[in-house]
Amino acid sequence: MGDACHSDRVPQPVQSPSDARHAEDSPVLLRARGLTKSFVGHTVLRDTDIDLRAGHVHGLVGENGAGKSTLMKILAGVHTADRGVVELDGSPVVFHHPLQAQQAGISTVFQEFNLLPERTVAENVWLGREPRRRGLVDVDRMQRDTQALLDELGVTGLRPQQRVRTLSVAEQQVVEIAKAVSFDARIIAMDEPTAALADHEVGLLYDIIQRLTGRGVAILYVSHRLKEIFDLCETITVLKDGRQVASRPAAELNDAELVRLMVGREMSAFFPGPVAGTEPGQPRLELRGAGNGYVDGIDVTLRGGEIVGIAGLQGSGRSELMEAIFGVRPFTRGTMLIDGSPLRPRSPRAAVRAGLALVTEDRKATGLALNQSILDNALGPVRAVFPRRTGRARREVPGLLTNLEVAARALDQEVQFLSGGNQQKVVLARWLATDPRVVLMDEPTRGIDVGAKHAIYQLMRVLASEGVAVLMVSSELPEVIGMSDRILVMRDGVLAGELPSGSTEEAVLHLATGAAHQEAR
Amino acid sequence: MSDITAPPPALSKRLGGLTATGIVLIVLVLAVVLGSVLTAVEGRNFFSTGNLRDILAATSVLGFIAIGQTLVILGGSLDLSVPFVASLTGVVAAGIMAGETGNVAPALLAAVGLAAAIGFVNGVVVSLLHVHGFIATLGMGLIISGYIASNYQGNTGSAPRSFRLIGISFIGPIPVSTLIMLGCALLAILLLRRTRTGHHLYAVGGNPEVARLSGVRTSVPIITAHVLCSVLAAFAGLLLLARLSVGNPTIGSQGQYDLMSIAAVVLGGTLLAGGKGNITGTIAGVAIFAVMDNVMAVMEVAPFLRDVVRGAVIVAAVAVYARRSIDRRPARFERPGVLDAALQEAR
Repeated sequence: MGDACHSDRVPQPVQSPSDARHAEDSPVLLRARGLTKSFVGHTVLRDTDIDLRAGHVHGLVGENGAGKSTLMKILAGVHTADRGVVELDGSPVVFHHPLQAQQAGISTVFQEFNLLPERTVAENVWLGREPRRRGLVDVDRMQRDTQALLDELGVTGLRPQQRVRTLSVAEQQVVEIAKAVSFDARIIAMDEPTAALADHEVGLLYDIIQRLTGRGVAILYVSHRLKEIFDLCETITVLKDGRQVASRPAAELNDAELVRLMVGREMSAFFPGPVAGTEPGQPRLELRGAGNGYVDGIDVTLRGGEIVGIAGLQGSGRSELMEAIFGVRPFTRGTMLIDGSPLRPRSPRAAVRAGLALVTEDRKATGLALNQSILDNALGPVRAVFPRRTGRARREVPGLLTNLEVAARALDQEVQFLSGGNQQKVVLARWLATDPRVVLMDEPTRGIDVGAKHAIYQLMRVLASEGVAVLMVSSELPEVIGMSDRILVMRDGVLAGELPSGSTEEAVLHLATGAAHQEAR
Repeated sequence: MSDITAPPPALSKRLGGLTATGIVLIVLVLAVVLGSVLTAVEGRNFFSTGNLRDILAATSVLGFIAIGQTLVILGGSLDLSVPFVASLTGVVAAGIMAGETGNVAPALLAAVGLAAAIGFVNGVVVSLLHVHGFIATLGMGLIISGYIASNYQGNTGSAPRSFRLIGISFIGPIPVSTLIMLGCALLAILLLRRTRTGHHLYAVGGNPEVARLSGVRTSVPIITAHVLCSVLAAFAGLLLLARLSVGNPTIGSQGQYDLMSIAAVVLGGTLLAGGKGNITGTIAGVAIFAVMDNVMAVMEVAPFLRDVVRGAVIVAAVAVYARRSIDRRPARFERPGVLDAALQEAR
């Protein structure tokens, strides 16, 4: 095995799984050694070992980008490792397609559902493997087998002939698991299976996992919720920046220790401080008991000159809060004030009129018209909402783009040919052209290079100094901590708490995962 | 033990829970009731054998094509070449038959084989070259229409009396052609419900990526659907030949079967984007058109107004279905019912 990549950083000594074998007498089903994977020259996973034992739940934790998904996808056959071996029952295996892994007994429940909403539970579970009798699909058997699977998992109240679209998220998750089990899986990997579930729905999953392990199935469990990790797992592996930091019995770890292992990173002077003279001013945006189907009881006051970060796990309602404020899925309860006057935008158009701007999470899908020019994209909202200001905006936009240092041949270049960072700058330009008073940013620096990130941070500071209120959602904790004057933490659709500037990642994670209060379920 | 029990659904929800097929069938019944009243006002009997024969006979040609169109649309494709396939198979078969009963069998074989080949090409272009069905079959339609225009001027060939019987025989009030069409509908239903290809067609139309990850070979159902669609269009062309007794090179395009079949499929509750729908709805959609046309003919409604009514019915149907589409992300704190959503919008 090559050691070239071992030198650059020295984390805690890696405890190999074999050291952690105390009281482990159940057989190892899957043994992975030295798994390494790079994408376009960027190593996302290096020299990772993992042992999955029959009847045990193995927790896999780490921050976003730590390599958890890559590890899972290698085991699931979605990716092939550059180096390292995976042994199943002692013999090495290599998968090139998810089906090969499934046939070998390894099933994966991915974070995004792979279900057809218009088909029934049974049809989804057996898709591609429909049982046949005399050449025709044996619908009765398909339903009987599905019912048997559901019984096996201890699930009641879910019928094989129900259409998936009529199910709750928790029930859809159950269907995914039933599908995974239907391959006679002996190893099931679950990628954040509770990310989209409400607290009371998680118990169902616990029961299912218990039944599976009781039958000798090995489970690899990825979650950000530390409580779940400690509730369920016998062994915990921590990844950080693509490296294996620890692999230990859960009994030897606690919340604080685990969070320390996950974070353990120094904060650089990468984040620009406030522009001199920036003072929190008048309240720009106030929410009182605001809620809709996705968020509830939101109380927030956002002042001009402030940058407020929203942290929280995937599915905690961060983006939904942004969308509610911006009128995409309007609030149905509570009050919202803009500059002191009540206003609850019922559409994005109304929100833009009121001086709001939303930089969406996915710039390619909802931020830009990719096959249109830079200029047309930058003028989009102004043209649509303030047509009489178009002339002025047309004169201002080139300067705006220059200030943002957008690297492009010409303003009529199609946006799709720009780099991610430059595309994001065009998104910002298109909102700045509307002269917003409140700027909502959902993952403003996702997938862009360091230089562009820095430029966007600086722009945020400049906006604040001009009296604009900035509300930012980010999955990257250092970014939230480095840029925010205050940090709001969301969990399960409500505000779990507020932290001052300069809080630790541990504190944020504690609030976001609910690790602080370990109430019995 | 975990139990996921939902509270009993509100009335609005139960009404909203009606399937699209349910709605179409109700609309069909309403159309029949309304039609019989309007016909009675004109002093005629809607349920007379003659009138029923007219209505049912009118369903068969469009019925064949709409069944095929349903299969293709379920798979997420579209077939605009059907009218030209119908015309081409009609003139080719008429030419081979040349009035001789002995030539009927080879003529049918040639027509169906030709159509199957056309459908196969459509399916390959759509599923393997990834050209959208709209464009692929538009091109195929143009090619066929060009071939017909340069090779057939005016009517050609003739069908022998034995073959013409298909177009003019009845069992009670039911035309034989309609029975054949309904037989094809049953086979198509069997295909969709009881074969892997049928199940996979829904899967590919619903989400090709999910289908592929589940191990489905996505090209198989698409090609099958296109072949069957073209063959069913050939059946329509042969039926038109039996009725006319000569091969007419423009019979398909005169009937506007491409757009009318898509309209019937959509009226029948099938999602134009694919993945959802069924044959029963399509047949009901075809029947609704037949009843509407019949009543308007009896009432001597001006042709312009007939098109207005047809158009309005199609648009209204899709508008109703669109209200029923659901949000991908289920709500966490409340589940707005259909009524709540409507009220919210009205405010």
